[in-house]
Amino acid sequence: MSAIVDARALVREYRMGEEIVHALRGVSLAVHEREYVAIVGPSGCGKSTLLNLLGVIDRPTTGELSIAGERVDRLSDARATDFRLRRIGFVFQRFYLMQALTARENVELPLAEAGMAGTERRDRALDLLDYVGLRKRERHRPSQLSGGEQQRVAIARALANRPALLLADEPTGELDAYTGAEMIALFERLNADGTTIVVVTHDEDLARAAKRVVHMRDGEILG
Amino acid sequence: MIATLALSSLIRHRARTALAILGVAVSAAMLLDMVMLSSGMRESFRSLLLSQGFQLRLSPKGTLPFDTEATIRSADSLVALLRSRATVAAVSPVLGGQLHFAVGNATLTATALGVDPAVQGDYELIAGHSPTAPDEVVVNDAVLRALGRAVGDTVRAAAGYDPQLRTLSGQRVLRIVGRVRFIYLALDQRAAALPIATLRAMNGPASAGRASLAMVRLRPGVDVDRERAALEAQLRTVTVISTSEALKQVDERLSYFRQLAVILGAVSLVVGFLLVTTLVTVSVNERIGEISVMRAIGVRRWRVVAQILLESSVIMLVATPVGLALGLVTARWLNSILARFPGLPERIDFFLFQPSAAWTALGLLALSGVLAGVYPSWRGASLPIATTLRQEAVG
Repeated sequence: MSAIVDARALVREYRMGEEIVHALRGVSLAVHEREYVAIVGPSGCGKSTLLNLLGVIDRPTTGELSIAGERVDRLSDARATDFRLRRIGFVFQRFYLMQALTARENVELPLAEAGMAGTERRDRALDLLDYVGLRKRERHRPSQLSGGEQQRVAIARALANRPALLLADEPTGELDAYTGAEMIALFERLNADGTTIVVVTHDEDLARAAKRVVHMRDGEILG
Repeated sequence: MIATLALSSLIRHRARTALAILGVAVSAAMLLDMVMLSSGMRESFRSLLLSQGFQLRLSPKGTLPFDTEATIRSADSLVALLRSRATVAAVSPVLGGQLHFAVGNATLTATALGVDPAVQGDYELIAGHSPTAPDEVVVNDAVLRALGRAVGDTVRAAAGYDPQLRTLSGQRVLRIVGRVRFIYLALDQRAAALPIATLRAMNGPASAGRASLAMVRLRPGVDVDRERAALEAQLRTVTVISTSEALKQVDERLSYFRQLAVILGAVSLVVGFLLVTTLVTVSVNERIGEISVMRAIGVRRWRVVAQILLESSVIMLVATPVGLALGLVTARWLNSILARFPGLPERIDFFLFQPSAAWTALGLLALSGVLAGVYPSWRGASLPIATTLRQEAVG
């Protein structure tokens, strides 16, 4: 299997006033196609920073990063945006759905941005909602959905443009145990269907469901 | 999709959106009023001067029409000379004076205009007819009301009055043959017009052959400025003023009005600009998480900017016609107040609606509103995604 993620010696430093914060201290990581990787570690260990770099919403201070065979550590803003649109799927802890849009419209948003025509877009959005079990809720707005339902809509949105990599940041963090378990099952199904997943979590059950667990501490990967 | 997001953002905050629209509309109304005020009096005066088609006015040398009590000597020969010119279509001599009407033991004074009824350009007939005989007079409503008379009645009038001796001179019995509206006089100013020969006769020998003013209507196609220069060179005892020169005089006298209007108009523009900037900035600040997520899932920066600009554009698009209507209503109201200034001709409007100027002003406001949204929207779309999402998650 080819490497979807190829991170080499990633360093990420932030300047906070006079002080320099070393969020990542030379992280190297390879994630292969169809892999399901959980990144775990204490708060502030750098796992979300790593996820942001993998999602191309942040740039490493030094190091090299390739996603799906393309160097992404020095992309311009426009190219990074386009890369995220077509190659990366994001799931956030707080779902972050557009409150003004219905469930279906939220899923359609990245499809519309990618230039997909109306009818095709609608069909694709409905298929994805069907996949996450929310077809009947297509016309509901986020405020009319439960937390678990909102997260499933967010997952459908993340899958919209058939990304090479699905990234999830604490996807069960805002859910109760029962709904969290449903989410874990959904991630397993996604991976079984061929989606490469990297998830950052404190949730031990979610981490256990992953095929590989990466432990981090103080900006470094352990072991 | 972007349009849906923009509109729903406005709908979500209905009260705020409504207040913003109202604020921009008030700003637009004020800007429109100031634009109307800056050009209104000038245009109104121009249309007043040209309303009867006289392009040139001849007054005693060194004076403006009716600015002093000076009169033109040998006015009849001047009028004959003017009428003999191929370029001249009509000449209307006017002699200004006063009529003192006897009302019981008292007298009632009115402005008197001695005119040539066949070519006069000083009044519009409302009822009756213009004087056709020497003892006929036309008066305005203010005189009719004060005298308690009607068209067809006769009145005793004098051209002179000595208040110490309480004696009238140059008395005549005149028959009121018409009810008129004087074009250049104030609405409440009592005034009458009678044949110029009658007024001269009533004034006595001092007025013989004199006129205060001669108005000249040129034939179509004649160059007004060239004719004015030619007349001024030929006629040494008069000042010849064209409508454009009269307007220059008006412009000079009204310059402070225009400056005030420009300053207040600029203030309106700035207020509209700041209002939209504030609104869009607040809106962007409230939605930085949403904006960052949009950027994270691949929505292009310019699309985010476009969405926010669309919001400000919708506010402007709705507010502008509201402002237009509000501006027209307030202009009419203010005009009715200002029109009560004493001595102003009835037809003078302070606020004149000129579509091109109005649309320019409102277009300027709309543009400033949209531009006001550019910076905050670009700033919102340029926020560092990862940092913003982390702060939002912590918040």
